[in-house]
Amino acid sequence: MIHAFRTIRNTWFSNLRGDALAGIVVALALIPEAIAFSIIAGVDPKVGLYASFCIAVVSAFVGGRPGMISAATGAMALLMVTLVKTHGLEYLLAATLLTGVLQMLAGALRLGSLMRFVSRSVVIGFVNALAILIFLAQIPELTAVGWPVYALVAAGLGLIYLFPYITRVVPSPLVCIVALTAFTMLFGVDVRTVGDMGALPDSLPIFLLPDLPLTFETLAIIFPYAVTLAVVGLLESMMTATIVDDLTDSSSNKNRECVGQGVANIASGFLGGMAGCAMIGQSIINIKSGGRGRLSTLLAGVYLLLMVVFLGDWVARIPMAALVAVMIMVAIGTFSWESIRNLRKNPASSSIVMTSTVVVVVATHNLALGVMVGVLLSALFFAHKIGRVLHIGSSLSADGLTRHYQVTGQVFFPSAERFIASFDLKEAIERVQIDVSRAHFWDITAIGALDKVIIKFRREGTEVEIVGLNKASETMVDRFAVHDKPEAIEALMGH
Amino acid sequence: MKNRILACIDGSSYSTAVCDAAAWSALRLEAPLTFLHVLHKEQAAPPVDLSGSIGLGARESLLEELAVLDEKRGKLAREQGQQLLGAARLRARTAGVTDPEGLLRLGGLVETLTGQEESTPLLVLGKRGEAAQVASEHLGSHLERVIRSLQRPILVTPSEFRPPQRVMLAFDASPTARKALDMVAASPLFRGLPCHLVMVGADTATASADLARARQILEMARFETVAVILPGEPEAALSRYQQEQGIDLMIMGAYGHSRIRHLLVGSTTTAMLRKSTIPLLLLR
Repeated sequence: MIHAFRTIRNTWFSNLRGDALAGIVVALALIPEAIAFSIIAGVDPKVGLYASFCIAVVSAFVGGRPGMISAATGAMALLMVTLVKTHGLEYLLAATLLTGVLQMLAGALRLGSLMRFVSRSVVIGFVNALAILIFLAQIPELTAVGWPVYALVAAGLGLIYLFPYITRVVPSPLVCIVALTAFTMLFGVDVRTVGDMGALPDSLPIFLLPDLPLTFETLAIIFPYAVTLAVVGLLESMMTATIVDDLTDSSSNKNRECVGQGVANIASGFLGGMAGCAMIGQSIINIKSGGRGRLSTLLAGVYLLLMVVFLGDWVARIPMAALVAVMIMVAIGTFSWESIRNLRKNPASSSIVMTSTVVVVVATHNLALGVMVGVLLSALFFAHKIGRVLHIGSSLSADGLTRHYQVTGQVFFPSAERFIASFDLKEAIERVQIDVSRAHFWDITAIGALDKVIIKFRREGTEVEIVGLNKASETMVDRFAVHDKPEAIEALMGH
Repeated sequence: MKNRILACIDGSSYSTAVCDAAAWSALRLEAPLTFLHVLHKEQAAPPVDLSGSIGLGARESLLEELAVLDEKRGKLAREQGQQLLGAARLRARTAGVTDPEGLLRLGGLVETLTGQEESTPLLVLGKRGEAAQVASEHLGSHLERVIRSLQRPILVTPSEFRPPQRVMLAFDASPTARKALDMVAASPLFRGLPCHLVMVGADTATASADLARARQILEMARFETVAVILPGEPEAALSRYQQEQGIDLMIMGAYGHSRIRHLLVGSTTTAMLRKSTIPLLLLR
């Protein structure tokens, strides 16, 4: 009981000032993303803003990583475009609800641990791809527009990156937004504003059920979208949680985070918002601004809603150029520049995995596909690497009648060909002895290869003797869970 | 582990006095001396940067920045601790103590001391710590918690320590006070110093009988004893007597009452700790 209170105090109230201030800074970075990606998803900005409020507030309570920021994200919005275009908003809300259910299911089944199969190269590829997507999403605002837009974006970026040299007490994205809005209003510059993009929230969100028939057809439409949304949302959330873990030198509960994302999305769907997930850029901003506890996430959501509901008239006058500048900053901050430097230093295989992930994502706008390709490639590279650990030596007996083959290493599908090729099948000899006691036969491909070798020798009239096969094929058993015992390790490495 | 006097130093202005008091006690008791410095890893307030802009390599540089901050703090604290201990050991050695040792631990002060309690016959502490130098009326935040959670004699020093010439024992005939009396009589710490036995309250027959018995115990231990009964409030009377008689160390039983009583009527121990300008030996 006392422990519970202490945990609550630690995760909520141990950093009041830092959390309260960071919440404001983060809210300022949430609004542009919510507005920009609502527009890309093809819905009113209020759908994204309600979603951001709702997801941030709910995940503050039920999330597994204090200090992480979740809201409406670009990664998710890009997956909804076709659904909204072909079926409309109601189907999006239903898909959001289903996404939440699937994510809760994933949390209950502890699928968060599957993240261990996502290698570091894939994670970096994901992050870079995400940054590129966020940047690309700004392009429509920058094409076929007059020079004032370019000038405003450049001035906005200048303010964002140079203002911190004057003071670090005022959030520079706020300075950028306020200054550009004031400038365009004062001089009557005719550029697109947020108000031109669609309806903004005019009230607090209200509870509503999607107005859809509860039929199999509905499910068939939303299910594929919900699955992709759930996967991408969880991937980005797990990766962000790991990043926040590293930055704050503390740990998080990944399965609780899965369930939390689900609950937050369900709440968002019922309040007329779209699906969202954790945000890498905004979480970094939160930590950098001194946010550590759950309070920072909660306040970010609350500030966001207060700002857009009560300052709605003013928000409508913000030029899109200001938001584009903020989003370009988020894209730049999300991108892992270290990975570019390391591209030459790292093994070629890991660079290929990273680059392929990025390319697939940018081509398909689907982060799940990119991760799938990345994971597949990592697995293939790994199998290839391990498959090379195989040596077959041979010696002729003193009487010249028996050839002794000594097999050392890993025999499985990628190395089976090489295994067969290592035997001199053209040698006319009385007897052959194959010692496999220092080898591992991991799958039936390996056993098949050995059978093939035996048959070929027999057809030449050579007598074949196999030594140590039982030991070598122990690894074939599916429940080969002996790696936690020292003697098992010994058997695996050195027998 | 062998028994040794434990002296807690933390780099505040009280540390020199603690060091001197500890050296004096070690020489008197002919006991080994260990200086203790506790490094507390604090949940440091994150640096305030509300600029909210993230640029090239923001994640890597932020991680580096935060790690460097923690690393620097940790290393600095450890080096500082070693230096403090070194200075204290040198000072004690100059005072004549053979081989004073240093002990550097991570954690909280109270938990560290509780862990060391078994092998500590006497604990020396400063009245206030590093964090509480300004408000002179206030006690160090750790002091009362330390005194309450340890069952060992504790010598609390003010900001300056001079070897005492005249000591006084605040006596109220309570079990705690009787135990304190026996400890004083048995210990070599004050042997040879004149000892004033002071009771505060009405001069009744029982009071003077108690006092006479107590005086007898001290005289049997060959203490030059003065015994008095003072009227009035304990805190005021004790301080006045101490100033009039030029007493430079006071011995008293500490926290004889429950926490609840403490909450309602306050505690003589806390009041004396706050007011007194001379070292106090608190006996549990």
